Amino acid sequence: MADLDINDVSMSFVDRSGKQLIALDRISLAIEHSEFVCLIGHSGCGKSTLLNIVAGLLMPTSGTIRCASAVVTGPGPERAMVFQSHALLPWMTCVENVHLAVKQAFRGAPRSELMDRAEQALKLVHLEHAIGKYPFEISGGMKQRVGIARAFAVQPKVLLLDEPFGALDALTRSSLQDELVRIVETTKTTVVMVTHDIDEAIFLSDRIVALSNGPAARIGRIWKVETPRPRDRLKLTTDFEGIKYRKEILEFLYKKEPFPQFAS
Amino acid sequence: MLNRLQQPWVASIAIFVGFICIWAWLTTTPSGPISAADAEYARLAGQSASGQQASAIPSPWAVALRGYELIAHALDNDNPNNLGIAWHLVYSMARVALGFTLALAVAVPLGFILGLWPACYQALDPFIQVLRPVSPLAWMPLALYTFRDSTISTIFIIFICAVWPMLISTATGTASVRAEWLNVSRVFGVPKLEHVTRVVFPASVPMILSGMRISIGIAWFVIVAAEMVGAQSGIGYFIWNEWNNLQIASMIVAIVLVGAIGLALDVILKRIGERLSFRE
Ligand SMILES: Nc1ncnc2c1ncn2[C@@H]1O[C@H](COP(=O)(O)OP(=O)(O)O)[C@@H](O)[C@H]1O
Ligand SMILES: [Mg+2]
Repeated sequence: MADLDINDVSMSFVDRSGKQLIALDRISLAIEHSEFVCLIGHSGCGKSTLLNIVAGLLMPTSGTIRCASAVVTGPGPERAMVFQSHALLPWMTCVENVHLAVKQAFRGAPRSELMDRAEQALKLVHLEHAIGKYPFEISGGMKQRVGIARAFAVQPKVLLLDEPFGALDALTRSSLQDELVRIVETTKTTVVMVTHDIDEAIFLSDRIVALSNGPAARIGRIWKVETPRPRDRLKLTTDFEGIKYRKEILEFLYKKEPFPQFAS
Repeated sequence: MLNRLQQPWVASIAIFVGFICIWAWLTTTPSGPISAADAEYARLAGQSASGQQASAIPSPWAVALRGYELIAHALDNDNPNNLGIAWHLVYSMARVALGFTLALAVAVPLGFILGLWPACYQALDPFIQVLRPVSPLAWMPLALYTFRDSTISTIFIIFICAVWPMLISTATGTASVRAEWLNVSRVFGVPKLEHVTRVVFPASVPMILSGMRISIGIAWFVIVAAEMVGAQSGIGYFIWNEWNNLQIASMIVAIVLVGAIGLALDVILKRIGERLSFRE
């Protein structure tokens, strides 16, 4: 039984002039337990829309999402999200930010236990020194760590990430990727992550799902990344296998589904 | 040395000194055009121009001397006709404080409701738009007639002019909380009440405080006029009374004090705003 079942999901928006825009066209995808799936595609093709539908923030025009065989009708504690813009509440300390989420997920638990869980989650991402700090006092990479800690703290079945490392420099990004891999491996969380970084997708994914260009985006192609774990970032860029995935994905994005203005 | 002379405050002092010099020069020149105009003012005020000296625009020294006298007697309270200027200021500030607090108590909860339920905002918007531009003084006769009490009327005037900026900024702040913060609440299942108190409210604090700052400025602005019309105390009454006595120097001292207190109120609210607003 798949952990997450995206079944024939279509999404259309009505823009301000009343025109209908079909963003997603009949997307179906089954994601297994503790599988790591990356969504890639050109900007504007509908990756965030699909992720928000899975999160329950948007309702699809047609089709259904099932998470652990229950139909998704809105956000739920079994699905947590890491946002691109870290989305920490600036008037709360790091631990309070995590605590706010933990409190809802373990409603009724004693306060000391909730506080403990929040602190443990921050320790998991090596932020014990930032527990009492406000978001403005820490760096961008650390804020995103808090975002990750908040998501893991509620012990979700499925973790959703929307370009979580897009705003970070390359070094910080690699260290957060390592962190993510480590935590996902120990918690066996199922992950769906949107990224525009091909190397990131190859390094992290069990499967890479490429969406075709919008409007009316569909699943264009799926790669199963069979490189055994733990993966070596350096070897992936030099080994035949890594290069093969990279070439195929690039070909898909620039030849088969070129960005509209590049098509000639 | 040259660098220090280029500091803005050096220029400010130079402008101030220049202003005092021109003022001194104009007011000590005998039979200038200003004295003639003063005779006119004296007639307008229904007083016989008892010699041009009494009614002429006073020199800076005369104002400074008057300021010293007023401050020396600031706390006088021996009879109702001889109330020290500090008491007048206290009366004014107390009225502003009361009217402003009432306005705050109405504007913030109501603004919250309007911000959280757009339909309420749309329903009330026409009334807000019509009432907001009404000059506070236009309410004065109606207030005096309704409350039959000048103090309550002035407090009402302060209330009615202070309520709009706070109401609108609270409603706007509440309605325009960043989508990412709303999504945090939704994704992690924060219940409605906790969402309002721990997400929406802190997110709108900067807007609420900037509305408060605008409101206190307007309230201090309006109290002077309101007290001229309908009060027997307060700085507005004081200025009007001194005008009737042709005490121009006292009026100028009072104007400077009104300005200084207005500035102080603004700085205090700005500081509070910086303390209470979140940082990013
Ligand atoms: N709330 C909305 N209303 C109207 N159109 C939207 C809305 N959200 C997204 N879209 C449109 O749907 C398409 C997909 O958007 P999005 O999912 O954000 O793309 P991506 O994340 O892949 O860059 C875009 O063309 C975007 O303009
Ligand atoms: Mg996106």
